[in-house]
Amino acid sequence: MTEEIIIAGFGGQGVLSMGKILAYSGIMQDQEVSWMPSYGPEMRGGTANVTVILSDDRISSPVLKKFDTAIILNQQSMDKFENDVKPGGTLLYDPNGITRHPERKDINIFKIPGAALAAEMGNPKTFNMIILGGFLNVKPIVKIENVKKGLEKSLPERHHKLIPLNIEAIQKGIDSVENVQVL
Amino acid sequence: MGDVRLMKGNEVIAEAAIRCGCDGYFGYPITPQSEIMETLMIRKPAEETGMVVLQAESEVAAINMVYGGASCGKKVMTSSSSPGISLKAEGITYLAGAELPALIVNIVRGGPGLGTIQPAQSDYFQAVKGGGHGDYKLIVLAPASVQEMNDFVDLGFELSFKYLNPAMILSDGVIGQMMEKVELSDYKPRWTDEEIEKISGSWATNGKKAGSERNISTSLDLDSAKQEVFNHKLQAKYRAMEENDVRFEKIACDDAEYLFVAYGSSARICQKSIELAREKGIKVGLLRPITLFPYPTKQIQEMLGQVKGILSVEMSAGQMVEDVRLAVEGKVPVEHFGRYGGIIPTPEEVVEALEEKILGK
Repeated sequence: MTEEIIIAGFGGQGVLSMGKILAYSGIMQDQEVSWMPSYGPEMRGGTANVTVILSDDRISSPVLKKFDTAIILNQQSMDKFENDVKPGGTLLYDPNGITRHPERKDINIFKIPGAALAAEMGNPKTFNMIILGGFLNVKPIVKIENVKKGLEKSLPERHHKLIPLNIEAIQKGIDSVENVQVL
Repeated sequence: MGDVRLMKGNEVIAEAAIRCGCDGYFGYPITPQSEIMETLMIRKPAEETGMVVLQAESEVAAINMVYGGASCGKKVMTSSSSPGISLKAEGITYLAGAELPALIVNIVRGGPGLGTIQPAQSDYFQAVKGGGHGDYKLIVLAPASVQEMNDFVDLGFELSFKYLNPAMILSDGVIGQMMEKVELSDYKPRWTDEEIEKISGSWATNGKKAGSERNISTSLDLDSAKQEVFNHKLQAKYRAMEENDVRFEKIACDDAEYLFVAYGSSARICQKSIELAREKGIKVGLLRPITLFPYPTKQIQEMLGQVKGILSVEMSAGQMVEDVRLAVEGKVPVEHFGRYGGIIPTPEEVVEALEEKILGK
């Protein structure tokens, strides 16, 4: 199994840390992983994206043009990455702030109202974990217990008290995915 | 399994330095390698192993601190990115001229000049052919994964002490900034004064011993006859490196009709290109030089009976391709494909270049 994923949105949405937790979860189930951020003079409010690959085999290129799954969290990223999903691949997006919805006919498309649910939970910082939950509903490539272990590994100990809230957010995400187009 | 973590290439360089018993790091910040010194500062190895970590006032100061530490037989290192390495070039040739072991890390960014902070491989000539003045060579290691960033710190020091010659890790922002699974090395203690005396006492300026001559650390000899003899000695050392310490990896070469030659992050991209090309029925393999000096010239020559054409893939306007052509001596077509100025080629682009430049011939 190899899953090649791009997560793209605004800086400050937790795009990079979501990728990191996903990668750590892969390590917890003995997979090879890579996490390649777009780095540069970016800042909060600018665009941020990260390519995450989980595989049972040695990973070839950490830099990719085509993806099995694109997780898209703002309009700029929709414009940039919709066409980079492989035919038959998956696009998961948060409709918040999206003015042009995906138009491809040859991919699976799912929606998750991450921003709305995070507001409902009263904590905007749970946003990226809700999205991660949505992804895990669509592509259950890592087990929740390995995500929990990944959180334990990637969060500093002083933040471990937040793990139950994160798991709750992931569960909310799992339960809140809407099918838009399933091939 | 040992200590397995998810880390950035740059962070791993720092961690590996502490664990391999490095005595001192002297640096000056520059993107995209500042995490090396930042990680060292956060880790405070002085409290753990006694390793010194110092932010110098400039790159020039940092490399000369390395010269000082190396002269004393210590395991010392510095790191920078392209413009900073140019500033260190004088110090590097002095290290080579004084036959001092040291580790220099270059996380290359696009140039020339201040260029960009994005990844590139346009410092190949500087690393492999000189950079500083005089007939000298660096041992140049090109990691292609975060694991190799870990492994090559220790290997770099080992080779540098074996040959009494500075070694360089030549990487770029892709490997420096990305995170992968890495198994960290076990801790090795720093050398004691007694061990340094045993290992390097014949040349190190670690204190004059009663009844023995002073050791002098210098690259200056105004007697040209002696300087030529010294240059012969250096050249013999470089030939010994070529004989004994070439490192490379071959991927999908057994049935290959075409060959990519690529190092570092470009070699990773080529591995994906191999998958894509083979889906189209193009039998292509990869020869990945791990040491850029000494270069795997013979290993490329050994492929010549088998392959019909070679594409050198680099994030430069065409530097390593010259060494591939020197190895091939016109026997098969050798072409170059590269993106540069901080642009990373996609695996698809590399396949297109192979079809156009090599298969199209």
